Amino acid sequence: MTTTTVPTSDVREGTSLVRRVADRWLTPRTLLVGGAVVVVGYLALVPLVYLFRDTFTGSSGLSFAAFSRAYSADQQAGSMLRNSLLFAVGSATLALVLGTTLAYVQVRTDAPFKGLFFAASLVPLIVPGILYTASWIFLGDPGIGLVNTLFFEPLIGHSPINVFSIWGMVWVQGLHLAPVAFLLMVAAFRAMDPSLEESALMSGARKLTVLRRVTVPLLRPAIISSVLLMFVQSLESFEVPALLGLQNGIYVFTSRIYFVLRQYPIDYGSAGAYAITLLAIAAAGVFIGARLSRNAKGFQTITGKAFRPRPVELGRARPFVGAGVIVYFLISVVMPVGVLVYASLLKFYAAPSWQAIKTMTLDNYRQVIHMPLAATALKNSIILGLGSAIVVMLITSVVAWVVVRTNAPGRRLLDLLAFTPLIIPGLVLGVALSFVYLRVPLPIYGTLLILLISYATRYMPYGMRYASAAMAQLSSELEESAMVSGASWSQTFRRVLVPLASSGILAGFIYILIVSFRELSSTILLYSPGKEVLSVLLWEQFENGQLTTLAAIGVGMVLILVTLVLVAYRFGARVGLEASNNT
Amino acid sequence: MLTIESLSKSYGPVDSGKRRGRKRRRAAADEQDRQFAVDNISFDVQDGELFTLLGPSGCGKTTTLRSVAGLERPDNGVIALNGKPMFDGERRVNVPANQRGLGMVFQSYAIWPHMTVFRNVSFPLDVAPRRRRLDGAHIKEQVMRVLEVTELAPFADRPATKLSGGQQQRLALARALVTRPELMLLDEPLSNLDAKLRETMRFELKRLQRELGLTTVYVTHDQSEALAMSSRIAVMNAGKIEQVGKPREIYTQPRTQFVAEFIGTSNFLPGKVTKVEGDEVRIDTAEGTLWSTSAVGAAAGADVLVSLRPENLSISTQTTGTSRNEWRGSVLTRAFMGDSVDHVIGVGKFELRVQCNPSVSIPQGNEVYLTVDPHNVTVVPSS
Repeated sequence: MTTTTVPTSDVREGTSLVRRVADRWLTPRTLLVGGAVVVVGYLALVPLVYLFRDTFTGSSGLSFAAFSRAYSADQQAGSMLRNSLLFAVGSATLALVLGTTLAYVQVRTDAPFKGLFFAASLVPLIVPGILYTASWIFLGDPGIGLVNTLFFEPLIGHSPINVFSIWGMVWVQGLHLAPVAFLLMVAAFRAMDPSLEESALMSGARKLTVLRRVTVPLLRPAIISSVLLMFVQSLESFEVPALLGLQNGIYVFTSRIYFVLRQYPIDYGSAGAYAITLLAIAAAGVFIGARLSRNAKGFQTITGKAFRPRPVELGRARPFVGAGVIVYFLISVVMPVGVLVYASLLKFYAAPSWQAIKTMTLDNYRQVIHMPLAATALKNSIILGLGSAIVVMLITSVVAWVVVRTNAPGRRLLDLLAFTPLIIPGLVLGVALSFVYLRVPLPIYGTLLILLISYATRYMPYGMRYASAAMAQLSSELEESAMVSGASWSQTFRRVLVPLASSGILAGFIYILIVSFRELSSTILLYSPGKEVLSVLLWEQFENGQLTTLAAIGVGMVLILVTLVLVAYRFGARVGLEASNNT
Repeated sequence: MLTIESLSKSYGPVDSGKRRGRKRRRAAADEQDRQFAVDNISFDVQDGELFTLLGPSGCGKTTTLRSVAGLERPDNGVIALNGKPMFDGERRVNVPANQRGLGMVFQSYAIWPHMTVFRNVSFPLDVAPRRRRLDGAHIKEQVMRVLEVTELAPFADRPATKLSGGQQQRLALARALVTRPELMLLDEPLSNLDAKLRETMRFELKRLQRELGLTTVYVTHDQSEALAMSSRIAVMNAGKIEQVGKPREIYTQPRTQFVAEFIGTSNFLPGKVTKVEGDEVRIDTAEGTLWSTSAVGAAAGADVLVSLRPENLSISTQTTGTSRNEWRGSVLTRAFMGDSVDHVIGVGKFELRVQCNPSVSIPQGNEVYLTVDPHNVTVVPSS
């Protein structure tokens, strides 16, 4: 790919060596590629370097003091580890069971109300984790939760449901993640030829034998990799453990890190030690998952024609399956969103009654509109959302081009760097970035810029997915014909590549806008007064016990996100599946 | 052996479960909206026969086969195997697929990728009901015998995914054969192979079928495959059987325009039967008269389509002297095809394709005499 330097220096005799080297290497292309490497490397590596350096440095060189402090007996590290695993394994299992069942019903049967699955699969995207958790507080609080007061109290006389427990946390997290498992398993079921099962049936095997000896073994790679993904995501989740666990002292890694950083004196070393442990577990999960899904590719026999799946006729079971679908939809979507709207209309949260309905008011909304902080938060959220979306898509378009389209040396490394943030949990990135910018003498800490850097880092891998998909779709001949027509590299990039890849890049832009809007886990450690965003505003309402105000802000936020998602679908973005990597 | 009576299967806005409780008038209205994949078809398959369901995609052939397999539940009709009902809409009999004891080869082969070649074939024996299950040694023996027959024995311990396309196809066949089923069902088994291999496998399959005396129902959309392999063919279109017969019969005596069009190529000329004299039938067309001795059952006065196969027409620059079935025309174009030379002959407003021996090649614009043997003039009802 040296064809871009059109007027070679050989033509002009007598030019100096410096000049020749400059002509050869100082092209827009090499500058852009070099710039991309520097930026991506900076974003992906610097936080990790500081995190490790600061955690392992004591007064005299290398030290494990931070680790021994963090895991000393009085820190209850044992119970934290147990809770973390229980929480992550439990949520992943619940999500997998729900998601796989729903995926089977969706892909393989003639069940009614399939449209509801699509709506349900959007929930994690349009209802941020903090809101979903808050909704379940309204529903499952032992004192005021609607499920207790309206259902169990009249029925069995006491309130068995307590959302502020490890099982409550598993329930909320699992339910919030189920759509992710659903989308992954739908893909797995779609990729599996139903005649593999039919031929087992024709061989005389009973249905259970078919399930045990054919269906499950074939789905195993998909099941394992989605379990790992959900395990890692649950481990990284901050909202659920913070809202539900902190009250009763049920700590997991993320909430523990938050707790440590909110105490005086702040023990940065311990936070770093927890963060590194969490990072290691998450990284291991991501790597094993990636390994497995790569191996799974060699697991296909089908060649040639595509198969036409024929749905299983449920027959007499159809109404029951349909009822199950509706119950799932009610529990996972209608109840949480409904209770949020209901709560937002009340001055004080109470079970529905004539009394409550009579006192319904729009006061909460009025209050939010007149709240100066709300305006600031909305403004900051918009600035950060747009800013990070622009920054990420700019960087990743160039990086994706280099990775997909060139054979430049080091492009594999560039690809790897751009995907590195995938293994960094949000809260860990928050810890790492605060280490960096508390040390570096740049006026970044305490500004919006540190949040922008954090978002850009976190969402770079998602941007890469969109941008490289867009770039890979374009035939390289389009680019070559532009070159042959005499266009320079920068002209080709600007006038051929970018316009052609624009719809994919735009989809990525909107997706990053959406996820930035709801980011909480790194923001919570990095924001400073006056630099709040919407999700932080929600958090503060929760801390102050203003649950009905929280509901009102939440309803507004859901409306904004629904609008954004609709816009995204307009542009054909497959936002559903990509939501997978977010809590 | 296999008897199918008035089998129907529809996909429509209303499924049978919902329809049951409705009022009759409403049900009748629904009936019109329904799409019949298989519309009231009947046929039977004799012992040792290779019976082919042939038709374009969407004609209902695969649905019929899957209904026989038990993978699809028909709406109505009877499917009986050796007199035992497998499905009976009236008497509500529906034997599940895994108890029908049939062998089936799928279009995608459906080879289990997580098993070895041996395991794939032994599966049907492994999952047999306990009281009928063979012991390990016998299973091994039987599997190896089938692998021997299908020439896969050297690959027994290989992962199934490590086989070539043709080998996978034979593996699928071996798995279907291993239980020695009374009836084999083959769903487009050759369509995923490349052209050369397909031809070889065609004869291979036919040989196996004949040697083992397998009664087979074969589904394909490939007419030459059907003609080459079948004992009898049922040509299907839009859920109905158009014609059942031996390959030669189907080819030389198509009974409908669809069959004539779908099998081979034909020149169609609209005409009217004007005279019936014993076996001989006179058909008047816009450009002249044709005599046919193959228009069985044609009635005088009927509007018909005359179907002329290009290979049954011959052209010459000299007249043969007979006035019967000789038309004058001119060469519009010709094309050298290797094993033949195709001429398009204009006769008035008709254009007829004529396939000639490579030695015959008449330049464009020349006057020619076109002749056809009355035996090769077939008529189908005008649609």
